[in-house]
Amino acid sequence: MNAFLPSLPTIVALVKIGLLVGGLMTAAAYLVLVERWMAAWVQDRKGPNRVGIPLTKIRLFGLGQPLADGLKIILKEDFTPRHVDKVLYTAAPVVILAASLAIFAAIPFGSSLPAIPALGLTSEEPLLVAPGLDVGVLWVFALSSIAVYGVLLGGWASNNKYGFLGGLRSSAQLLAYEIPLGLGLLGVVLAAGSLKLDTIMDAQASTGVWFAFAQPLGFIVFLVASFAEAARLPFDLPEAEQELVGGYHTEYSGIKLLLFLVAEFLHMVTAAFLIVIMFLGGWHLWGVTGSGPVETWLVAFIRFAVLSAKIFAVILFFMLVRWSWPRFRFDQLMNLAWKVMLPLGIANLVTVATVEEFRPQLVTAVGEGWAKTVAIAIPWAVFFVGWIAAGMLTPSGTDNTPIRTPGPLDAEHVLDDPQRELVEV
Amino acid sequence: MKPNDPAITWLEERPLGLSERLYLPLFVQGLATTARHLVSPKVTVSFPEQRPTVGNPLIYRGVHRLNRDDEGRVKCVACFLCATACPAHCIDIVATESPWPDREKYPESFQIDELRCIFCGMCEEACPVDAIELTSLLDLTGKSREEMIFDKEKLLSVFDMTKDAEPMKSASMGGTL
Repeated sequence: MNAFLPSLPTIVALVKIGLLVGGLMTAAAYLVLVERWMAAWVQDRKGPNRVGIPLTKIRLFGLGQPLADGLKIILKEDFTPRHVDKVLYTAAPVVILAASLAIFAAIPFGSSLPAIPALGLTSEEPLLVAPGLDVGVLWVFALSSIAVYGVLLGGWASNNKYGFLGGLRSSAQLLAYEIPLGLGLLGVVLAAGSLKLDTIMDAQASTGVWFAFAQPLGFIVFLVASFAEAARLPFDLPEAEQELVGGYHTEYSGIKLLLFLVAEFLHMVTAAFLIVIMFLGGWHLWGVTGSGPVETWLVAFIRFAVLSAKIFAVILFFMLVRWSWPRFRFDQLMNLAWKVMLPLGIANLVTVATVEEFRPQLVTAVGEGWAKTVAIAIPWAVFFVGWIAAGMLTPSGTDNTPIRTPGPLDAEHVLDDPQRELVEV
Repeated sequence: MKPNDPAITWLEERPLGLSERLYLPLFVQGLATTARHLVSPKVTVSFPEQRPTVGNPLIYRGVHRLNRDDEGRVKCVACFLCATACPAHCIDIVATESPWPDREKYPESFQIDELRCIFCGMCEEACPVDAIELTSLLDLTGKSREEMIFDKEKLLSVFDMTKDAEPMKSASMGGTL
């Protein structure tokens, strides 16, 4: 074989990359449309329904809208203010988008394809760009941390107070929520015994118990933390329009802004992928997909469809939540991360570790079926106890009522202070 | 004002109950509200294909019209009260001696600049003979500024166009006839 021709695995990987990147970009464009529809419907409006096929009168329920939106933002002036740090300003959107896309190298987007001997593929072909990667979860988390770097760079390089504040907020928020995110994930890794996301899905498929049922507390902690990591409402403080104009991308326009917005959507898609793969069974659905190796194209397609449907449902949930709750205040955000989610995550981790440690003894003591039941019952008990404890202790509650009794500041000499009076006048 | 000012009445916030502290019931409540609105009927009107319904056309403030009397003559007596009342100064009347015995003056020209008009209805209020009225026509468009200056003939034609759907308010609403 000619040395300059790419080998078969390279071609397969390139095809997968092409499919994935193309699919993700199209999905991001259409998810913007879905998001606008959801926003409109929740507000009793109709949403974008006019743009159809260009140059015709065919409307197609507004399905041409992403094309129009994309063209518009690409044709806009790409304005660089004079006061920015040019290198970092240009690098930030590239960093954030590259990191968000690179995450998908380790994320499976289906189960696998059956062998295609005609093309030289003699074994099952996993639907994953980097199938041999043993540290898939670590890869995902390392790169999502780099995506934070893009936000920070953008905010810092803009040399703008709104951008700066947005960058600060998002750094604090993303750092704080990476801990509950990691704790929620550790439970899954412990239970599945692997850092490979496809193995995690196989583990759920083989037992038929999705980790959301086996580790309810971990699921809740991971869900909340992934909302915060994706900077979606009610955790969208990094770019709270009412307070920060646009947050870290205040100074961006044109194609650079587009890169930021696409990267943001990809964060949400990544979060949805991780939630589904790690907690909602991935491609598994009882009685539909089976759990063994893929033998026919039909099974491969069904598994892909189940995974996609679950991811779409989670994304719809993300969008519905956006209009259901107001944004947290910054102190509430931090209280929730450090005083509620962190202890709950630790409780989940300890529970899972204990259950997994004693599972063999349990199986020999009470048998396979009962051991399974007990292994699910204990985390649920911990879930209820932990949840009620968090509710009753309200560590995240803050008292906003003004101080009505004269405090030390209202003492006579302070009240008579001429400067204080001046301030009040 | 200081927090301990006696003039302030303080309202106590209700302490949170158990279900509120647990957050989950409120979570479901919020989600149920948005989900309900997601499928509820929409209030948006797809405008060009679908006309918005005007609640009561008789009190809607749309395009002006100049009413005609029973003999088809313009009712206006060129008293200038509408032009005086108009806060946007969009009414321009040229009065001349009336050819009819029942009034002294009538408008030789009557122009309303619809671009300046703020549709406040003051002219309608001011008119002593109920000659000028606002109709329920709401989509007023034109291709030039000149086109948007409505003269007497155009205002009378608006009356001819709308008199069946929106009868003159004078009779039913106790105005002068």
